[in-house]
Amino acid sequence: MSDEKKAPVNPLPLKERVKIQRHHMPEQNPQARAHNFQEVNLGYDPELAKSEALRCIACAKPECVKKCPVGVKVREFVDLVVAGDYLGAVAKVREDNVLPAITGRVCPQEEQCELGCVLNKKGSSLAIGHLERFVADYERKTGKLSLPPMAPPTGKRVAIVGSGPAGLTTAGDLIQKGHGVRVFEALHELGGVLVYGIPEFRLPKEIVRQDIDNLRKMGVEFETNVVVGKTVTVDELLNEEGYSAVFVATGAGLPQFLKIPGENLNGVYSANEFLTRVNLMRAYQFPEYDEPVYDVRGKDIAVFGGGNTAMDAVRTSLRLGAKNAYLIYRRSEKEMPARAEEVQHAKEEGVQFVMLTNPAEFVGEGGWLKAVRCSKMELGEPDASGRRRPVAIAGSEYEIPISMAIVAVGTTANPLVQSSTPDLATNKWGYISADQDSLRTSKKAVFAGGDIVTGGATVILAMEAGRKAAKSIHEWLTTGVWETEKVEA
Amino acid sequence: MFPILSAKFLAPGIKRFSIEAPRIARKQQAGQFVIVRLHDHGERIPLTIACSDAERGTIDLIVQSIGKTTHMMNSLEAGGAILDVVGPLGKPSEVKQWGTVVVIGGGVGTAIALPTAAAMKKAGNKVISIIGGRTKELVLLEDEVKEVSDLTYITTDDGSYGDKGLVTDKLKHLIQNGVKVDLVLAIGPVPMMRAVANVTREERIHTIVSLNSIMVDGTGMCGGCRVSIDGKSEFACVDGPEFDAHKVDFDIMAARNRMYREQECASLARFQESQKEMATATGAKAQ
Repeated sequence: MSDEKKAPVNPLPLKERVKIQRHHMPEQNPQARAHNFQEVNLGYDPELAKSEALRCIACAKPECVKKCPVGVKVREFVDLVVAGDYLGAVAKVREDNVLPAITGRVCPQEEQCELGCVLNKKGSSLAIGHLERFVADYERKTGKLSLPPMAPPTGKRVAIVGSGPAGLTTAGDLIQKGHGVRVFEALHELGGVLVYGIPEFRLPKEIVRQDIDNLRKMGVEFETNVVVGKTVTVDELLNEEGYSAVFVATGAGLPQFLKIPGENLNGVYSANEFLTRVNLMRAYQFPEYDEPVYDVRGKDIAVFGGGNTAMDAVRTSLRLGAKNAYLIYRRSEKEMPARAEEVQHAKEEGVQFVMLTNPAEFVGEGGWLKAVRCSKMELGEPDASGRRRPVAIAGSEYEIPISMAIVAVGTTANPLVQSSTPDLATNKWGYISADQDSLRTSKKAVFAGGDIVTGGATVILAMEAGRKAAKSIHEWLTTGVWETEKVEA
Repeated sequence: MFPILSAKFLAPGIKRFSIEAPRIARKQQAGQFVIVRLHDHGERIPLTIACSDAERGTIDLIVQSIGKTTHMMNSLEAGGAILDVVGPLGKPSEVKQWGTVVVIGGGVGTAIALPTAAAMKKAGNKVISIIGGRTKELVLLEDEVKEVSDLTYITTDDGSYGDKGLVTDKLKHLIQNGVKVDLVLAIGPVPMMRAVANVTREERIHTIVSLNSIMVDGTGMCGGCRVSIDGKSEFACVDGPEFDAHKVDFDIMAARNRMYREQECASLARFQESQKEMATATGAKAQ
């Protein structure tokens, strides 16, 4: 391998490389995909992948690696793609990221690795995400998983609370260091937000299952149907069940509502409920699956919010057969936190964007939602988030007839673990206080990371926290020294 | 998998299960519930825990056949198993010395009220129980209720057993006869709980109801079970399931429980059709 590295793998001179245009991700046709739950992005084939990889100019100090929250060795894995060694490439990715098929699909690469790419100056960045996805999918299709080397067993056991991206990453890192790892999940299926939140058409559940199976093959144990805080407490895990450390990665799962009249009408959902019914419980296959969801066929619906969850919800509604699907957001499109790709996909599929509009009341009839009364907004001075604050225009109220509304305005901390662990410090919003680098909490042997510390963020940031946690937990298990620096509540 | 150790009908369509679930059995307190999912295409439904045995590692559930899942569950027998059982969920009942506690159970609600009645008795309260049903065979758990109550009254809508009338008639009667009631706990169908709340509101008697909202996860994640309490939305799964009856908006509660009525009926019809077909096929084979 090291010999290969010395000889330049890429046969093209730099001048030629920058002439190649970025290869677009092949996609399902928008008209067709708006009515099915199959994946929108189809993935590169080897030819496209190789041709895309040839664009990399192999910077001496690659910004892409620096901009990746988990530090994936982009240049090295792309080199291996150029060389046609796809399995070697995914092994290289896995050194820093145990969930490559997932991040290759849902990471906001345009704000991270690809933002750092020098090729942006020549038009568009290297499609790093698409390449990562390609090598992970290639590996899955060949079924030739090469497990990383494992350290001898240490005899220590770690309990991980939550099987979302943070918990899974920590589990993968710790098991490689020889520690026993058991992951507790409240739901009946593993994966957390990856299975209840992100829709099938963006992240097929089969892919999540595969990555979890790989962790199982590495020796990670999983126990579903355990609500830590109810079924068992953190103290019991430490004192009675023999765990030397607990990592709390429960996510930000509590839905926020708009707190406007009519919110309890039938037909008004939190995005969490709507997506959980459709994704986790597969209500889109009702009555083959038992869990129902409101039947939107031929009806008009609206989603409130501007993030990725809002995009997921509105695109899911279209697939369930909604006639008109509105995305209602109180600021302008520029301020929307959703990924550009998601916004574009939503528009192509026929979602109608209603910007600078704020709901004031849900109007019902006989207990069922009939319409939403909205105000037109204009942008005023910037607020604490740096975005211009939307202000209602007087006398602009009007009604939009809808029979389903989905509220996707964010989530907060689920208090179950905190309220059952009295010596675990939290901040004023109920999130767990943890040291930024060590992820140690106020309670000895307890670590926390991901959304339950930061509030709702992205899969890759949760994975970054997972990596940090694993490193810090390993340190605690090997040294037995608990930092005395106080974690501020 | 959670093995079913015993399963027997208490009344037509109402079955009692003893299920091996050691983690839950160790933790269960009166008033709490579990979420079950029967098979890998199944929905998640909440069921209140009737009692638990920490030593044996079992919990008891009492299930009334209403929709597809409950019908399917009631077709299970000892030796079978349930795919997923998670809990104990929800806040436990507020058990303390109230004085005189009237426990009202309507139909299968009696099963849900029983553990709280027992806990109230143990905490030193005088427990008066009123259990009602449409007809004699729907009066459940009479012996168990009597065991934990100082006084037990039975009512049936058709007068086939106990007093003819509603549980609220009996409650009014007690109050009119000067019984000083410190707390009423009412568990049963929404119209019954609403009627009890109306009686006790005038008398200013603190009243608790246990709300059986539609739930998915049962941990506060989806908000589908939200109920309006004093004009504010709360989640039955984590803020309840027990609430101050005088603050509950029963209209919203009843409407929200009808949300999936159409799908529920279709699902049940489809299930019963498949059961019939299976029975016919088995019958044909036997011939």
